[in-house]
Formats: sequence, structure tokens, C-alpha cells
Amino acid sequence: MAIEGADIVKAAAFLGAGLAMGLGAIGPGIGEGMAAAKTCEAIGKNPKEAGLLTRTMLVGQAVSESTGIYSLVVALLLLFVV
Amino acid sequence: MAYDVQTWINLAAYVGGGLAMGLGAVGAAIGEGYTAAQANEALGQNPEMSGDVFKSMLVGQAIAESASIFALVIAILLLFVNPSAPSAITASSLFGAGLCMGLGAIGSGVGSGIPGGQACLGIVRQPAAAGKLTTNMLIGSAVCQTPAIFAMVVALVLIFIDYSNAPLFPTWAALIGAGLSMGLSAIGSGMGGGFAAGASCEGIARQPESAANVTTTMLVGQAVSQTPAIFGLLISFVLMFKSHEASTTLSASMALLGAGICMGFGGIGPGIGNGMAAEGAVRWVARNMSHAGELMRIMLVGQAVSQSTAIYAMVISLVLIFVL
Repeated sequence: MAIEGADIVKAAAFLGAGLAMGLGAIGPGIGEGMAAAKTCEAIGKNPKEAGLLTRTMLVGQAVSESTGIYSLVVALLLLFVV
Repeated sequence: MAYDVQTWINLAAYVGGGLAMGLGAVGAAIGEGYTAAQANEALGQNPEMSGDVFKSMLVGQAIAESASIFALVIAILLLFVNPSAPSAITASSLFGAGLCMGLGAIGSGVGSGIPGGQACLGIVRQPAAAGKLTTNMLIGSAVCQTPAIFAMVVALVLIFIDYSNAPLFPTWAALIGAGLSMGLSAIGSGMGGGFAAGASCEGIARQPESAANVTTTMLVGQAVSQTPAIFGLLISFVLMFKSHEASTTLSASMALLGAGICMGFGGIGPGIGNGMAAEGAVRWVARNMSHAGELMRIMLVGQAVSQSTAIYAMVISLVLIFVL
């Protein structure tokens, strides 16, 4: 297997993209699940505020999602731009 | 240093077998320890119930144990396997099989132990509901085993399918990637399913008449928690059965390995997160049954958002496999 410099760089970019998106997905997945769990708890205690709670959950999850989106962007940059 | 093909195959099979059993023992041991700890707590509260609690502890532990028994089966197969058409690719497929089964048993072992422990506590708290609790525990922990079963299926395919006609480069990377994709993504789904099942046993003990609602919510929540493992299974099937174009470049191999790593790690977080969301919903369906519908709706919305990163990971994996 003849390995050239450009090939090694491309290989590293592919592997890096996989690691970036794979590891980057762990945090948001857990964090958003926690937010949803606590929202269920709060709605169970106080069902009247369901609308407010759902809205707050979605905003909180959107913020937590941001690192997942950063990972996606970095992965796509590694795959197609760099 | 030049070795013949058989030496490489033995090397890979033995390392793979060691990893399958070593990693595969982690989860079941933790899960069973948790069950035993909760059983002891339950007995401390009410020693009179020792017979029922002991029985329920053993049943719960037996289910958690099955994940590591799958790992034992694969490890023994790897130690004594005699490939019909040995080639250099066989080495990577056997190593991939070991990784897949070892990693894949972790989550299911931990997850299955949680409902067992909660059922023991619940039986002491609400002896009249023992039957309902045991049924619910069995259903919940059986669902937790599915990621380990997926991992065993992938490991068996990797061990027994003949890849000798496929091009060595990049198929070797695809097969290890397939093992990583399934093995890692099973960790999150197995644990997540366990969180939901544990909360449902606790809920039924608190409010036995809510059992039907609680079990339904648990099953829906667990089903969603399984999806990251199903994505992982999908990516490993694509990696195992797509005919990869021969290419001796390093980048072609790394794209396929990277696809497996991406989907594998990417499935861990959403699997755990979906399970936490289901745990919250199930817990409160038991306490506030009149709002079960609303809670299930919020659970599904929350899980959908938590799922999104697993979907990103799947997209990146598919791009790595098909576009590049």
C-alpha cells in the first residue's frame, strides 16, 4: 500500500470527521434527555403550566443542541472543505 | 518480520475473543451489583419478605447476565473458529466481531440490572403488587437486552460470512467499522432502556393501579431509546454488505472506519438521553395518571430533540460511506 502525504491528510480528515461528530453527539444527547426528564417531572407536578414548560424545554434543548451542530459543521468542513 | 495469513487470523481471533469477554463482563457485573444492592436495601426495610425479594433479585440478575453470556458464546466461538476460506480479511472480521460483542454487552448489562433492583424495592413496599412488578420487570429488562442481541447478530455475521473474494483494501476497515458502529451504539440504548424500566417498577410499586399506563409509557420510551442502536445496526449492515470498491489508498479505508466510529459514538448520548426522558415521563405517569397523555407527548418531543444528534451522526456516516 503506497501511502502519500496527501492521502494521509485526507485519511486523517475522514477519521477526524467521524470522531468529531461521533463524540460531539454524546453531550447534547444526554443533556437534552435530562431537560426532557425534568420537564416531565414539572408537568407531572403542575400540569397547568405545560405550555410554558414545553417552551422552556425546547429553548433549553436548542441551546444544548448547539454543540452538536458545531460538531456537524466541523465534520462537514473536514469532509468537504479542508 | 513476515507472518503467514493463519498467524494473523489467530492473532485477531484471540485478541477479539479476549476483548469480547473482557468488555462484555463489565456491564452485567455492574447491573447485577446494582440489583443486589437494592435487594439488600429492601431486606433492610422488611426482612420478612426475604423469600420474595431473593427470588426477584435472582430473576433480575439472570436477565442481566444474558448479555455477558452472549459475550461468552462469541468469545468461545472466536477461540475455536476455523474459517472455511482463510484470508487476510478474516483477521479483521474476527477482530471486529470481538469488539462488537464486547462493547455491545456493556449497556444491556447495566440497563437490565436497574429494573431488577427497583422491583426488589417495590415488592417490599407494595407486597400485593408483586405479580405486576415482576411482569413489568421482565418486559422492561427483556427490551434492554435487544441492543446486546443486535451486537451478537452482527458479531455472528462477521464471524461466519465469507469475505475472501472482497478486496482487502478497504474491506478490512469496513468490517472493523461495522463492529464499532454496532458495539458502541448499543451502550447508550441498553442503559437508556434500563432507566425507563427502573422508573416504571418504582412507579408501579407506588401506585399499582397505574400499571397498564406505566408499562405502555415505558415501552414507547424504550422503543425510542432503541433507535440509536438500530441506526448503529443499519450502518454496520451497510458496511458489511455493500461491495466496497478496491482502493489501496489510506483515505478510502479511513472513510469506512470513520463511518463506523462516528455512528458508534454518536449513538451513545442520544440512547442515554432518550432513556432519561422516558424515565422522567414514566415516573410521573405513575404519580399523576390523569395527565399520562400529556406526559407521553412531552416525552416524545424531548426524545425527538435528543435524537437529532444521532441522526447527524448517521448522516455523516452515510456521507463517509457513499459520497467520499
